[in-house]
Amino acid sequence: MSTYSLSDTDVAHAASRRQGRALRDFVRSSGVGGVAGLAWIAFGLSCLLWEDVGDWARTHSLGIGAFVVAATILFGTFAADYLGAAGRALRLRAPWLLAIGVVLALWEVATAKFAWLPLPFFPPPQAIVEVYTDDLPKLLDSALASAKLQLGGYVIGAILGFVTGVAIGWSRAVGYWVHPVLRFIGPLPATAWLPIAFFTFPSSWSASTFLIALATGFPVTVLTWSGVASVSSAYYDVARTLGAKPSFLVLKVAIPAALPHVFVGLFMGLGSSFAVLVVAEMIGVKAGLGWYLQWAQGWAAYANMYAALIVMSLLCSSAITLLFWTRDRLLVWQKGTVKW
Amino acid sequence: MVACTVAETITVPAVGAGLDIENVNHAFDIDGAALPVLQDVNLSIEPGEFVALLGPSGCGKSTLLRLVAGLERPRTGTLREDDIRIAGPYPSRVVVFQDPTLFPWRTVWDNVALGLEAQGILKHHRRRVDDALELVGLAAFRNAYPHQLSGGMAQRAALARALVNDPKILVLDEPLGKLDSLTRITMQAELVALWQRKGFTTLLVTHDAEEALFLANRVIVLSERPARVKADIAVQRPYPRHRGDPYLADLRRQILNLLGLDATW
Repeated sequence: MSTYSLSDTDVAHAASRRQGRALRDFVRSSGVGGVAGLAWIAFGLSCLLWEDVGDWARTHSLGIGAFVVAATILFGTFAADYLGAAGRALRLRAPWLLAIGVVLALWEVATAKFAWLPLPFFPPPQAIVEVYTDDLPKLLDSALASAKLQLGGYVIGAILGFVTGVAIGWSRAVGYWVHPVLRFIGPLPATAWLPIAFFTFPSSWSASTFLIALATGFPVTVLTWSGVASVSSAYYDVARTLGAKPSFLVLKVAIPAALPHVFVGLFMGLGSSFAVLVVAEMIGVKAGLGWYLQWAQGWAAYANMYAALIVMSLLCSSAITLLFWTRDRLLVWQKGTVKW
Repeated sequence: MVACTVAETITVPAVGAGLDIENVNHAFDIDGAALPVLQDVNLSIEPGEFVALLGPSGCGKSTLLRLVAGLERPRTGTLREDDIRIAGPYPSRVVVFQDPTLFPWRTVWDNVALGLEAQGILKHHRRRVDDALELVGLAAFRNAYPHQLSGGMAQRAALARALVNDPKILVLDEPLGKLDSLTRITMQAELVALWQRKGFTTLLVTHDAEEALFLANRVIVLSERPARVKADIAVQRPYPRHRGDPYLADLRRQILNLLGLDATW
């Protein structure tokens, strides 16, 4: 008597079902990563399979690099379970890695290999890599010059804008005088001042700093002011009945309550000051990424322009990330609506 | 009207201050025209009394409180705290508003510490903040932010923020008005206990006759705007009181009668 017996076919079915499920799970968790690895292999092959139509020095290295990336992706994907947070992060980004690999492969084929896109206006990836390897010192110098100019102007503009905004929001007398001036001058794009600034200021550096500060200061002023003005009077009543003096009302009530507005102003100011920075560097300042772009255009060095643009966008987006990070630290009280 | 004799229920040596309101008139400017809100208000409150101001909505009760707090000056007349004229806000008279108005960017502890910080004495009195939080039962929430509190907890925090200053006069502007009825009942009992323990003078604005009678040992009924004192009723019942007490029910009927609401009773 065999109550527990299973026929051979049942066992085989169960096993194949199990195998099927395991396969499905594997495809779901690692499929995209695997395809992303293949896309990067394709990119590497696209570099090596055909001859370049032009004369670029880094084609071979780029192909090898693509294979290294592909190997990293494949290893990370299949070993994700043992890699902890890094493995999870990789799985999360696998679709993006796939898309980037595909785009790079297409770009390579469309430019360097078959010139479907007109050269030299659309340089291949290896040309941009070449800029980073061969022209790095100049590019870094430019990036540093831009960052210095931007930071100086932005900090000055943000501080002045903040102080002015608090003053207008707090004092009627200050508001009476500053408000019309702000109304009249504020909406003027800071770049409109460029010609005047460059001959009234002693150096192109101080002129650009002034313009960047102006572009930053206006939105910071307006938003700080509206933030201070919109603080509920109930907060002041509470603080006053508890014995607060005017300085306490400004520093401990008005300013913290207005901070969310201030950060909107800082964000807007950052955007408009980037625009001023690049224009000022293109026109007057003999350094910085804007100047590098202008210089590259003069020499028809299109690869250098793309390389500079990439650096510029990295700098701008890190500046904004840094601003958001600071805001999240300072305004942690705004986050979350957990109730108990 | 019931004759006014007070102070027999006060068991703690009063640390509260007396409050005298003499011939106070007040008006608001609305489009150039003066809208009278208070008319010849005279009121004398003994140290340690629990006085409820009861009146129809919009009659000027809250305005009277703002005058007591010193947030506004009356058009005519004087207000005195222990024979000293009230000229501005001072932490011996602290207000708890209908909304808790906690500062959302400060933790509960920092909110309660606000008064001591504003007066520049926080450094040496940090203990008082802890004690006040303990008193209202929020010690565990000292590091929470206001948005994490329920309505009742937020109002308790506001109460602690007032009590930490050891006020002589506690001014309550419908502090329980927005709470749900269960929380309200609990906090009414807590208020009475606090007042009995601390002995401050309490001035409570409410539009709830039952609440006034449950809490106060004196109920002032105000008229429609402009507010005048319509009746001054002593509530001669020891604490803790019972909501079903026929004596209180009788007073409640009288008060509603004065407010012109007897038809609904």
